[in-house]
Amino acid sequence: MNRTGFDSSSLAPVSEPDVAPKPAGQPLWLLAELTYKCPLQCPYCSNPLDFSASGQELSTEQWVKVLREAREMGAAQLGFSGGEPLSRPDLNELIQEARQLGYYSNLITSGIGLNDHKLEQFRASGLDHIQVSFQASDEEVNNMLAGSAKAFRQKLKMARAVKANGYPMVLNFVTHRHNIDRIDRIIELCIELGADYVELATCQYYGWALENREQLMPSRAQLERAERITNEYRARLEAAGNPMKLIFVTPDYYEERPKGCMNGWGQIFLTVTPDGTALPCHSARQLPVQFPNVKDRSLEDIWYRSFGFNKYRGNDWMKEPCSSCDEKDKDFGGCRCQAYMLTGDAANADPVCSKSQHHGKILQARAEAEAPRDIPMTFRNERNSRVFCRSE
Amino acid sequence: MNDLLTHELGLKALLVEAQRVPAFNPMFRLQWEKAQDSYVLLYPEGMIKLNPSAGEILARVDGKQSEAEITDALQQAFPEAGSLAGDVHEFMEVACEQNWIRFV
Repeated sequence: MNRTGFDSSSLAPVSEPDVAPKPAGQPLWLLAELTYKCPLQCPYCSNPLDFSASGQELSTEQWVKVLREAREMGAAQLGFSGGEPLSRPDLNELIQEARQLGYYSNLITSGIGLNDHKLEQFRASGLDHIQVSFQASDEEVNNMLAGSAKAFRQKLKMARAVKANGYPMVLNFVTHRHNIDRIDRIIELCIELGADYVELATCQYYGWALENREQLMPSRAQLERAERITNEYRARLEAAGNPMKLIFVTPDYYEERPKGCMNGWGQIFLTVTPDGTALPCHSARQLPVQFPNVKDRSLEDIWYRSFGFNKYRGNDWMKEPCSSCDEKDKDFGGCRCQAYMLTGDAANADPVCSKSQHHGKILQARAEAEAPRDIPMTFRNERNSRVFCRSE
Repeated sequence: MNDLLTHELGLKALLVEAQRVPAFNPMFRLQWEKAQDSYVLLYPEGMIKLNPSAGEILARVDGKQSEAEITDALQQAFPEAGSLAGDVHEFMEVACEQNWIRFV
């Protein structure tokens, strides 16, 4: 309700809700996955395996409508993501629109396709922040994982240019068994580049990363060593008065309780995929749940009244051991996607939880990480994606 | 006696520091957020909802006005609030510690 007491929703034809709506927060975070196109082929990409079968990308006008509607509903943070969002020719136009609407806009990029001209243009258009993702601290591992020989040098060059243009800079390193032992070099590189925040995020096993889990998951000893070194650097940075923040994200596979995924289903986070499918998290597309499309319905209708967004809201959908658990309001039973991928039922407890009867799957993955077999990784590209489309 | 001396020194420090000019760390953006009915600080992938007094103070931080000038402006805007110098000063210290503002 706005200040004049004028309720604009009464003018629009309101469709019947799919289900009885449950209590929901505001979608404070809008993740706009502009495209699945990407010049890299990272084997831990969170995009769906069958991305190549995705429908036509939204038009500029359709994205503008999404941005306006979400802002009206309270969205303040906007992530331009993908794929590689720089592959969208209308990115600058969308940045302008975002600033005009009052978003804090974040460009989440590999840095491939970025140049000085674009950095200046985006700055003038009101882009607030650029997050550059790296695969490793050294050229060889970085290029091997990104599937591109020129990638690393371009990333370094662009990270320097991002700083030179006055943007706050978050560097994101996805860590895994092939790069985590070089975490000291990764941190040194971030210090040299003058990052404001550094995310040392251990791979989460969704999408392509689940496919490659055995080749990606670090052993417990690797993880503990990396965390210890990170803590040593934190102390050193503080002593030197360097405000750079190191954020170390442990993989939930080494926890006994699940993460409170997305702060609860359909509570603060809204993803719109390249073809307009709206999701409560960026990997939910794989669930056997029907999700609405922004081409058919308003975002407000989608967020509050659609079947998909109400499906796992609250806790009345929970089974044991979640439904009688005194921690259910803290972790919401963990991640629906992980429960589905590892147990076949999204309403089960996330098997990361030691109370889950499927927790053995996690223990097995930990055991595999102690002695991984030497098998090749499946890189994220169109050709491999079409194989997944056919096999479904 | 000692207490009085400390108190006086404290006041002097406060007066000197009140000439400082606060400015935002470029990482943060302050804005009025209708949906929150409050001022918020936006930063990479995050948002801090400010209470009304913090919001009113930060809304006057522009890299030009000194702490003393900001205090005067607040005093005029909220005449019923009593002396604000101590509160403003304390908040500036916290905001600086949080890295939201710097003194230029």
